[in-house]
Amino acid sequence: MIARLTPVVALAALIGFWEVFVVLLEIPPAQLPAPSLIASTLLANAPQLLGAAATTLFEALQALALAAAGGVALALLFAWSPLLERAFLPVAVVLQVTPLIAVAPLLLIYLQPHAAVLACAALVAFFPILSNASAGLRGADRGLAELFRLKGASRTKILFWLRLPSALPSIFVGLRIGAGLSLIGAVAAELAAGAAGQGEGLAFRIVEAGYRLKIPMMYAAVFLLCLCGLALYGAFAGLDRILLRRWRDRPEI
Amino acid sequence: MTAPLLTLQDLSLTFPGRAAPALERVDLSVRRGETLCLLGPSGCGKSTLLRLVAGLETPTGGAIDWPDNKPEIGFVFQEPNLMPWADVAANVALPLRLAGMGRRKAASRVETALERVGLKGLGKILPRELSGGMKMRVSLARALVDGPDLLLLDEPFAALDEITRWELNDALQNLRAGVTILFVTHSVYEAAYLADRVCILSANPGRVHALVALEETRTTGAALRASPAYAQTCVRLSQGLRQAMEAA
Repeated sequence: MIARLTPVVALAALIGFWEVFVVLLEIPPAQLPAPSLIASTLLANAPQLLGAAATTLFEALQALALAAAGGVALALLFAWSPLLERAFLPVAVVLQVTPLIAVAPLLLIYLQPHAAVLACAALVAFFPILSNASAGLRGADRGLAELFRLKGASRTKILFWLRLPSALPSIFVGLRIGAGLSLIGAVAAELAAGAAGQGEGLAFRIVEAGYRLKIPMMYAAVFLLCLCGLALYGAFAGLDRILLRRWRDRPEI
Repeated sequence: MTAPLLTLQDLSLTFPGRAAPALERVDLSVRRGETLCLLGPSGCGKSTLLRLVAGLETPTGGAIDWPDNKPEIGFVFQEPNLMPWADVAANVALPLRLAGMGRRKAASRVETALERVGLKGLGKILPRELSGGMKMRVSLARALVDGPDLLLLDEPFAALDEITRWELNDALQNLRAGVTILFVTHSVYEAAYLADRVCILSANPGRVHALVALEETRTTGAALRASPAYAQTCVRLSQGLRQAMEAA
């Protein structure tokens, strides 16, 4: 119980320190708003901010779904044919090492803002899902793979009966990382779109509030983004725990 | 003299990129229904020999002759190699399912196989809930479920504690009727307990050093382990193993 409460207490202490610091030093809200002011701003603008948060979260989830479908499908294809892997893995790596924040303005030229945000977020989340799924598919039990071969199983059967189920824990690790990254990608693309005067997500609200020097509003939007990230991470950690209970070595106590 | 199930003729294997062969000119006949132990020091190629027989490796020289058609083969590896997401019954059913048998039709054969290894009624349990010895029994049941004529075991009990090992050796003794068994081990005691014949291999390169017939030791269980004949067999095999290591 104490172990669980410790981080909560620490966080509360930090926020308290922030509040006292701002009040005692009389720091103007335009420089650093107190947590209480951020909270009241959040409450006052709740419909607008929560709507924007829902937009961003939904974008991130859509992008994650795209990245997951593409990443897992490509990993399966790579596992099925090493030749394809050799041919296309370098392309995937190029995508990975290109800073996608730099690509977002380009995407905005070719695509509608919503599609550009989706594409950017999906691209960022794609690679960790692909590489984790690939590692999982390759890491299937060697003895079992040989048993499949000994019994005359086809490549496709080995892939779907052995490699794919073996890879599920790794795929979930990829999804968890990808979930956080898809949010980052969505925000980065929204910032670029927002700079162009378009958009309705949280990052756009940050840009807009920045133009109007509404600093507490910016903090409130950042706080909500942080909550979105936590929600995504928590959701996938929970799913992982529920769905992959069988894969773990020991029963949970 | 029983007819051979398979004959290795001049069998050699050199792994790609290696100068020294892993196995060199191995001649060996395996008789139908016998238990033949491959005994030897680490790196003598005994596991490789088993994998060649299974068809998991291709020889670079010589041939494996199957006088009748190549029989159904069951393989037990050093690790239990179970699918953690599937329950015991589904793990045991794997060879049948791979052969295209339906779930329901496989169920009765799975139950029989589980019964043979002493795991009756435990089909619904997940592998993670089993001890090391029980996992190995599941692996054994999986190897037996499609009624193989030849059972290949690659040091299956090496990682188990002594008592569990004895229990599994007893279980294996009870399963041998009608099955030809090739059993790889580095334990003299295990070979002396299980084998009809022991093939001692020497290392660098892997060769047949000696073939020892053990027809005299055919009781089982505690009686065999306590018998002077068993002790003498262990001594004989130890000497043979030492000579094989000195010859390498």
